[in-house]
Amino acid sequence: MNRRGFLRGALIGCSAAAMPWLTPVSLAAVPGEGRLVVIVLRGAMDGLDVVQPWGDPALRSLRATLSAGPEGGAHDLDGFFALHPALGDLMPLWRAGELSFAHAVSTPYRNKRSHFDGQDLLEAGLPGDGPVPGAQDGWLNRLLQVVPGTTAGTAWSVGNQQMLVLNGEAPVSSWSPEADLAVSPQARMLLERIYEDDPLFAGAAAGAVAADDLDGGEGERGAAALAAYAAARLNEEARIASFSINGWDSHGQQQQVIGTALKQLGAAILALREGLGRNWDRTVVMAVTEFGRTVRQNGNAGTDHGTGGAMLMAGGGVRGGRVFGDWPGLGEGQLYQDRDLMPTGDVRSYPAWAMAGLFGLDRGTLERVVFPGLDLGRDPGILA
Amino acid sequence: MTIPFPELAAIRLGTGLSPRLAPPPDPAAVLADAAAAAARPPHVTTADAQTAHREFSRLSRARNEAAKAAGDGKVPEAEAQAFKDYRKSLFQVSEGFLTLRLAQCAAAPVGFGERLVQFWADHFTVRPSGPGLHPMAVAFVEEAIRPNITGRFGDMLKAAATHPAMLSFLDQNRSIGPRSPAAVRSRQPLGLNENLAREILELHSVGVGADYTQEDVRSLAKLLTGLNYEPGEERRFFPARVEPGPDVVLGRSYGGTRPPQLDHILEALDDLAIRPETARHLASKIATHFVSDTPEPGLVDALAAEWTAGGGDLSRVYAVLIDHPALARQFREKIRQPFDFIAAALRALDADPARLAGLGPKARRRVFLGPLDRMGQPWLAASGPDGWPEAAGAWIRPQLLAERIDWVMNIPQQLTEPLPDPRTFLQAALGDTAGAGLVQAVPRAESIREGVGLVLASAEFNRR
Repeated sequence: MNRRGFLRGALIGCSAAAMPWLTPVSLAAVPGEGRLVVIVLRGAMDGLDVVQPWGDPALRSLRATLSAGPEGGAHDLDGFFALHPALGDLMPLWRAGELSFAHAVSTPYRNKRSHFDGQDLLEAGLPGDGPVPGAQDGWLNRLLQVVPGTTAGTAWSVGNQQMLVLNGEAPVSSWSPEADLAVSPQARMLLERIYEDDPLFAGAAAGAVAADDLDGGEGERGAAALAAYAAARLNEEARIASFSINGWDSHGQQQQVIGTALKQLGAAILALREGLGRNWDRTVVMAVTEFGRTVRQNGNAGTDHGTGGAMLMAGGGVRGGRVFGDWPGLGEGQLYQDRDLMPTGDVRSYPAWAMAGLFGLDRGTLERVVFPGLDLGRDPGILA
Repeated sequence: MTIPFPELAAIRLGTGLSPRLAPPPDPAAVLADAAAAAARPPHVTTADAQTAHREFSRLSRARNEAAKAAGDGKVPEAEAQAFKDYRKSLFQVSEGFLTLRLAQCAAAPVGFGERLVQFWADHFTVRPSGPGLHPMAVAFVEEAIRPNITGRFGDMLKAAATHPAMLSFLDQNRSIGPRSPAAVRSRQPLGLNENLAREILELHSVGVGADYTQEDVRSLAKLLTGLNYEPGEERRFFPARVEPGPDVVLGRSYGGTRPPQLDHILEALDDLAIRPETARHLASKIATHFVSDTPEPGLVDALAAEWTAGGGDLSRVYAVLIDHPALARQFREKIRQPFDFIAAALRALDADPARLAGLGPKARRRVFLGPLDRMGQPWLAASGPDGWPEAAGAWIRPQLLAERIDWVMNIPQQLTEPLPDPRTFLQAALGDTAGAGLVQAVPRAESIREGVGLVLASAEFNRR
């Protein structure tokens, strides 16, 4: 079997525009020891239910049954915020200073509240209150373009879902722990031949061959399996990984909907911690969503699309045990359009500060290249 | 390479080439195929699906009551088994529907009609929220989509937006006018749910790029109140749940009569269907699905103009598409999505429909359901109401291509015996459109299985 030939003939990963032949695969050329994992929570996580502001006197009148704070089984965090019961497994991380949150954050997206446009903007990381036509690259890919020494093996898109946040000019790797490529050496050679003139297929096939070698966790499902696979790559030459967790769109019966999704998220974080071992200390995990949900619960024990929300940060690399952000309040006149949590912080600034610390990026590069138009503001001190 | 119309139409608009079925000689044959697909009787009717939903709810209640009566909280064997058996049979309805649809795609004269069923069912994506609604998701495709693929778009929009599968999927069932008589009487807090209204504007009609506001979403949600699906009731409109007062959507006022009428909702949907923003949104979507991820602007213009001229008459729009030179100019810019890929493979392999229909639940999972899932297109389970992505890069990624390769190398031999000679098969599957690399590689495969697999794995076959 001629695996090397296959690799030489095409690029590793799925970014067809890049230059495969020039991509060195070498353990030496890694951009430092910091690790960044970005989890995209698709469907709009209700930040007010995950990190419940039970100390805000207005909360009870807005939510009759949801987000009841410690009375409803939530874990008190700091006397003002409480963590949803379904994330109880993460309380040891909170106490160990390995878990934090940012509240009342959002992308610049406003008013139309479309999941799809909201996610596109979240992953593109661009300014503007709506989607940017023709925007095809994501901020993790732009990060790869400015950090020296990155290769296709530096960043992994894990799972079957496409990660726009990793799309772009820089080559990345992409695989799912469920996938398997079992063909004869001769068939591999012939596949290489027939894909030669089609960069999209050549790139994907070469990526499959490369990833098939590294496999682990076959047949497993769910977010924990994705996290375990990501951890295995991050213990090797990868420094960046990203995957999705779906199922946050809780228009009705929110308790069940968000409970299921939070269990997935909690299991993924724990799988990362377990899989990363000592590397956990140098890791920052960020879980972000396209927008928050309405402050008032609707008639179906659920919530509708909103604006300000919350994000989660975990890892030995974070300064945990605190909820970052400026709390806008839930009282009269404090809501956005009298319906949503008022965003007081830009969700992009947290990964930006994480990148500054993990990969040594300067403010100018972050504000101009990785997140064009972002005002980084004051350092919130999210890293340990 | 100049490709004659029959091959071009079969590959781009139909379900691919077949060793047995001749490609369409002219545009009329392509349109006739759509008409035949539209006229096909439904596999499951909405009425049958509703009966099944009721029965499932009844067995579910019976199980819970039996557990309560038993005292120890355990469900007695008989009730547990009855529930489990019925649930299984419901899953088999939707899983069997997959096999049937694949067989229809493989055996259709052209396959354009089945492609349209797939396209519009994706445009109006629904996902069953539980086993009780699996047959309903099938009935949705068969009764809200299929009969309307060649008619006026307004009729499809009305059928889709008021169908139980959509009312359940987009939470319209939970929406009640907060000042309606039903809400005023109720002791529980009841209210609006904006989900269906939002997606009708954002996805189904004018599109997210159109100039509408949160106020329009809210107003349409109010107008839609009263529209509900109750498994125990034949009617879909409950006047007591309607929010009083007229509602202004995109500058036009609807409803506000006493008693309220379903007709006002339908009137608003009819208006949405022929708005210029809708024409533009759908023209672009059709061109993107059938021709290219970046279709020629002239094609989109032509489709939108015909949409407007014909008041949303879909057959007229298709006629423009079938005849348009962009079809040849942008050849193979599209990727066959996993469902279409498997369907085209079965057609090229001339798989026996009776054999497909005879696959048991386990075999069905092994050869179709599991692979579709791993290729990124789980059956009846798009991750959101926006349906499947169109971009080539969304489908051809290492993990997804690996699954396609795995399927072509291992599954065809389980469905066709004997496998065709790879050189003959190359001609059957791709006509004269195969590239030189593929033509050279196929005879060099070390087995028939891998030779056939190479043809199906090729970029030529995975594109259209």
